[in-house]
Amino acid sequence: MTGETRADAVYVPKDWWLRRRTWTYVGRYAAAIVITLLFLFPVYWIFIMAFKTPEEVFASPPIWYPAQIQFKTFAVLFRDGDVGTIGNSLITAGVSTVLAMFFGTIAAYSLARFRTGGENLAIWIISQRMIPPIVIIFPVFLVYVFFGWVDTFQGLILLYTAFNLPYVTWMMRGYIEDIPIELEQSALVDGWSRWQVLLRVVFPMARAGLFATAVFTFIFAWNDFIFALVLTRVEITTYPVQVTSFFGQQQTFWAKIGAMSILGTLPIFFAVALFQRYLVRGISLGAIKG
Amino acid sequence: MARLRITGLYKSYDSVQAVRGVDLDIPEGEFAVLVGPSGCGKSTMLRTIAGLEEPDAGTIEIDGEIVNDLPPRSRDVAMVFQNYALYPYMKVFDNIAFGLRARKFPAGEIKERVLAAAATLNISGLLDRLPRQLSGGERQRVAIGRAIVRDARLFLFDEPLSNLDAQLREEMRLEIKELHQRLGKTMIYVTHDQIEARTLADRVVLLNNGRIEQEGAPLDLFERPVNRFVAGFLGSPSMNFIPARLVAADESLAVTFEDGTALAVPAAAYERLAGRSGHDVIFGVRTEHISRARDGDTREGLAPLSATIDVVQPTGSRTYVTFRLSGTPVMAELRAHDVEHPGQRIELDVDMNRAILIDPETDLVL
Repeated sequence: MTGETRADAVYVPKDWWLRRRTWTYVGRYAAAIVITLLFLFPVYWIFIMAFKTPEEVFASPPIWYPAQIQFKTFAVLFRDGDVGTIGNSLITAGVSTVLAMFFGTIAAYSLARFRTGGENLAIWIISQRMIPPIVIIFPVFLVYVFFGWVDTFQGLILLYTAFNLPYVTWMMRGYIEDIPIELEQSALVDGWSRWQVLLRVVFPMARAGLFATAVFTFIFAWNDFIFALVLTRVEITTYPVQVTSFFGQQQTFWAKIGAMSILGTLPIFFAVALFQRYLVRGISLGAIKG
Repeated sequence: MARLRITGLYKSYDSVQAVRGVDLDIPEGEFAVLVGPSGCGKSTMLRTIAGLEEPDAGTIEIDGEIVNDLPPRSRDVAMVFQNYALYPYMKVFDNIAFGLRARKFPAGEIKERVLAAAATLNISGLLDRLPRQLSGGERQRVAIGRAIVRDARLFLFDEPLSNLDAQLREEMRLEIKELHQRLGKTMIYVTHDQIEARTLADRVVLLNNGRIEQEGAPLDLFERPVNRFVAGFLGSPSMNFIPARLVAADESLAVTFEDGTALAVPAAAYERLAGRSGHDVIFGVRTEHISRARDGDTREGLAPLSATIDVVQPTGSRTYVTFRLSGTPVMAELRAHDVEHPGQRIELDVDMNRAILIDPETDLVL
């Protein structure tokens, strides 16, 4: 506390690198880097596999990165039509997400604003989501055989929609309850109808929640394996089912698996990147209430 | 412009009876203020008028038309909410234009009207901002702008000033009153603030427990309350209530307290109160009707009272003092320099013409 000390002078002790705090930071970062590498390595491995030749895939000792990046595997996937299964996945996941979001949000609005069914109906609805898919898949299969819906878009889309509806309803109910009700009432008095209020007030206000919920709904349908495995044959095989077909009895096509995995990750990757802003807000929205 | 008539209105939520049989008739162009403590049913009434709540029983008429079954948008009312209810994702212009767009006004007229409303409320410079970029007072103005732009026949205000600080509240109060004088529209205004009620209203409707306790011109309610609730609710600081007994003594009546203090009842009130002599009463007197005794003050109806001051609260022009009368704390509003220090013994005059007596059993003013 001498008079000569200047307020804006930054005090750096000469022995800073010996200090305990410094080493704590170094230790933490080192641990973080190691753990990150550990988790990222399998992702890298499947990724790089797509660019290897079959010899490189099975080489021992393993080849950490191929001498030459080649896209032959991708060309093969496009030529054989395997990529079409990603299109099938886009259609089923996309359409079922739109349907589930539409009906789920309306149901959620009813639960939140008209107290439809009291507290119990909402709980009952979300409980439907807790049923493991495997429990219902065989009855559903038999019903679909009866209707001739096996291996059809409407069959898979309907099932995904039904399975995602409870999730959408539950999530959107929370987001809608967070909207100050006066905003809606003000719009009603101002001359808008209930549907218009939904469109012009509720949707914009719940935008972050809508995007976050839609992304998760899409991801569920996108990643579903069990429903698609049982309910598709050749016409609308989705991409996760197609990937498993590369595990042959004599041979496993690792390069194809790697390439398909990359292609299959892209839509989710772009969806998340596009909606990231809303996603983060949407996920944290319910958490910081009060 | 519209006349509002409410008949036999009931509304309950689950087990709570919010409104219990209200009849109300607000003539065209009047500024009516519904006031009362929280939970008295005033907001519920307003929301029922707007159509946001459905009454359990009773009718609501606007201009002779029963609107019970009309949705809010068909009632042609405008409402200002306590938390402003501005759409955070819309600019101020769009917020104000929102109701006009709902009613499919042509774009040109929307612009004209929004600009005119903004000019009226001094917010023309804010039209390109988002609500979060506005101060509390500005938001309030936008909310009011949204209501007046539509030229609705009935204006409803739900505690519009309660989120503002004291100074801004006074400013906006003045502006709302001016607005009413300029537009001449029927306005129903809900508040729990009795000062707001008294200053704004043509007619104050004082509610308690879902019923109207008294309605009328603000000064009417203030000077001639019908019961203890009304007397105690209006006025700040609120009226003093002291348990007493009405005692007759040779050709005169006096309010006598347990400690023996007696205040003479003015002759004008003898006839009205004579039958009550010998009964318990509650003596009610406002702080401003107790003053320091002055020589030569010979106004009729002043009753002398000696008091030892417990607490002195100077406010500037007036000084509030507290003393005990028969054990009950009583507050009086004296002139600035009437009292020097606590513990001082002074002579006071009680203006018995302005004091009231209440039947302790019925709480009605005698």
